[in-house]
Amino acid sequence: MAVRFGVFAPVVGALVLAMGLAGCAKQPSELVVYSARNEQLIKPIFDRYSAESGEKIRFVTDDAGPLIERLNAEGANSQADILMTVDAGELWHAADLGLLQPVKSDVLEANIPESLRDPQGRWFGFSVRARTIVYSTERVKPEELSDYAALGGERWKGKLCLRTSKKVYNQSLVAMLIAEFGEPKTEEIVRGWVANLAAEPFSNDTLLMEAIAAGQCDVGLVNTYYFGRLLRDKPDLPLKLFWADQAGQGVHVNISGAGVTAHSPRSEQARKFLEWLSQPEAQAMFAGQNLEYPASLEIEPDPIVKAWGDFKRSPMNVAQAGELQAAAVKLMDRAGYR
Amino acid sequence: MSAEVVQPETRRAWRDPLSVVLAVVLCLPALVPLLVIAHATLSPEAEVWAHLSRYVLPEVTINTLKLVIGVALLSGIVGTLLAWLTSICEFPGRRFFDWALLLPLAIPTYVLAFVAVGFLDFAGPLQSWLREVTGSSAWVPKIRSTGGVIVVLSLALYPYVYLLARTAFLTQGRRALEAAQTLGLGRAAATWKVALPMARPWIAAGIALVCMETLADFGAVAVFNYNTFTTAIYRAWFGMFSVSAALELAGVLLLFVIAAFALERSSRAGARFVSSRDMSRQAARLQLGPAARWGAFAGAALVLALALVLPLLQLLIWSFENIGDIDSRYWGFIARSLVLAGSAAVVIVIASLALAYIERRRSTASIRVLVRLATLGYAIPGTVLAVGIAVPLVLLNNQLQNWLRAWMGESAPVLLLQSTLLAVLISYLARFLTVGFNPVESGLQRVTRNIDEAAASLGVVGGDLIRKVHVPLLRTSLATAATLVFVDVMKEMPITLITRPPGWDTLAVRVWEMTSEGEWERAALPAVAIVLVGLIPAALLTRRGAHVA
Repeated sequence: MAVRFGVFAPVVGALVLAMGLAGCAKQPSELVVYSARNEQLIKPIFDRYSAESGEKIRFVTDDAGPLIERLNAEGANSQADILMTVDAGELWHAADLGLLQPVKSDVLEANIPESLRDPQGRWFGFSVRARTIVYSTERVKPEELSDYAALGGERWKGKLCLRTSKKVYNQSLVAMLIAEFGEPKTEEIVRGWVANLAAEPFSNDTLLMEAIAAGQCDVGLVNTYYFGRLLRDKPDLPLKLFWADQAGQGVHVNISGAGVTAHSPRSEQARKFLEWLSQPEAQAMFAGQNLEYPASLEIEPDPIVKAWGDFKRSPMNVAQAGELQAAAVKLMDRAGYR
Repeated sequence: MSAEVVQPETRRAWRDPLSVVLAVVLCLPALVPLLVIAHATLSPEAEVWAHLSRYVLPEVTINTLKLVIGVALLSGIVGTLLAWLTSICEFPGRRFFDWALLLPLAIPTYVLAFVAVGFLDFAGPLQSWLREVTGSSAWVPKIRSTGGVIVVLSLALYPYVYLLARTAFLTQGRRALEAAQTLGLGRAAATWKVALPMARPWIAAGIALVCMETLADFGAVAVFNYNTFTTAIYRAWFGMFSVSAALELAGVLLLFVIAAFALERSSRAGARFVSSRDMSRQAARLQLGPAARWGAFAGAALVLALALVLPLLQLLIWSFENIGDIDSRYWGFIARSLVLAGSAAVVIVIASLALAYIERRRSTASIRVLVRLATLGYAIPGTVLAVGIAVPLVLLNNQLQNWLRAWMGESAPVLLLQSTLLAVLISYLARFLTVGFNPVESGLQRVTRNIDEAAASLGVVGGDLIRKVHVPLLRTSLATAATLVFVDVMKEMPITLITRPPGWDTLAVRVWEMTSEGEWERAALPAVAIVLVGLIPAALLTRRGAHVA
């Protein structure tokens, strides 16, 4: 062992050194993106942009939490130019930590509706994720449905399925309810939901919809693209979407979006890329990849998505989801929503 | 690296301080995140903490205890019993089960969890079929329940106990049993009083690994929506944006672990293990009665079916439905998984060996505490540990960068230590040191001073002692350590995600890409690849072990 190791020591040493040195590089000119939006949804977009502009993009995917911590630690030495997430709360949090810089761009302001971007221009939504009611066409008449709060009513006792409150989409939804109704009323609504649950909350929206189709429950809350994906695979499932709260604020929407990092070495290029993302062709592709809604109202969604009909979106700024997210989580803890 | 360890006799003068320094260096990656956690606990955020202690802590404490105790008991019993059967007894199919029972090691807990829930929940194929045929599936026990999580985690984790207990039984079991029986003990008494106590360090090490995996698990409990300390940590961090509350929860979790270890250690303090080299070759296997023979067969077959065969079938079905996802990039994912797992295994086994020798040669309290602390990394939830290492690495890099700038001015190259393979390996070392260290330490415990002295009397000392005497004695332990680390790294997700250099996507990263948007069935393909690639070393290890025995 000792002899063998004696032979290996220089080799290992050299290897270690080489690995370390591989980290020393001349400042490269390509854009660096930290992305919580997964590879199969963003790579085609990056490839298209590279083909059009000649600009290369490097990216790392991970959950938003670790990416934000990493960005925070890297500080002024960070090589990242853009942070991309699948939730407004995460962008709000990154901006709150001072990790994103304000971007002034007429193009972005013209293309992205005001409620889908940071008032200070630190982040912009590029696709809209609507969270609404899904129901069994076998056991529910659409007239029986109205808004999110009504799902806590007597009619849905033992008939409601929800996804876990650990998922940020539900945290954002409850945060927006707090913004609209205040904490006491929202807590009452959430308690109503919990009392109506037919099963322990599910770990994802797809399982939840399958449970409705199988008869475990009758109604639930989902992001529409999960519905689109599931029905694309299994078109015969007796499920339909219902646009919630059309007589009130409208459907709760979240965004998948991005911002330019505070210490971006290539902030000009980064801004250009975001502007490109807000333009029609990229918008159709960014949203269409995942059956989401384009952020820009000028663009038609994918035909599958369009078939679900038009609806009123909540006009509240999605930044509030971030501001109130911690309060929403605590509220759900108190209400026993797991 | 380990020169001072392998030739201690000749360099006594500077051996001691150097081994302390080396121990500190090896433990540093694991200690840094612990320090980060300890530091955070000093400045609690009162308001968040008040909320947590009222609404969150009671539930997660009870849930976590139930889960850990349940999984430790079930996997401990299943693992030990199966190891006992395959290494001491004779029953139909024993040769096959002997190595096959280890293979579930290759299945990540989160994968087994989503397969189990997908297949057994209300809307899954089994209950749907029951409803179609019999009209009701109401009598089927709920899979998403405390019992369900315990069973699933035990099925995924029992191989750790099996592997280590098997090593113990193979290297001393039958011979010791024979000796006990010649001294007049019945078979049951011999097992109970001799074989089990002798195997105890291995069984305990296996159960310790299982407990730590369970405490750190996020993927599987998330599929069940079962709230534990880990989920509470994630929720405080990513839901309430309170890093400090998250780290404080991690601190409480670690106190649990430390208490459990202290308990286990003190309960076998004073015990010394002074037998024995693998002399069991000639000892005969226990012949079971006909009922017991077929009971053993049925039990082994059931565990194997539930933990490996059925889940693998379900994964293959899902993979086949998404076969279009397969492309040439998969070779890259596989190759990178192999390179990372392979190099991590080499680095960690060397580090474990060095640490185990330091502990053996210089068993001072400070070194023992250091080593204990360093092996706690395994119980920290992956993402917390990943960030706990990545962030200090980044800070170190920035410091170096600033020095470099001060020295070279604007022409200084940009340092990116945090996106190198070195960073990945250091992080794996922090997480998996205990996985390598436990079997090596257990193995070394049985290389007694008597053996050293006997060797010394024949003039075999220093490097020769290790090469000619220790390494052959430790071969099984080293192979065990390497295999466990290899397979664990294959399955590892959060550390790989945050520390990998751009482009270094592995199979586990691929699973994340799919599951991050809830596409579990599309995650089956990379999951199957993880299992199949992980099966190879697992199979090699047991088959090789079988030859030795």
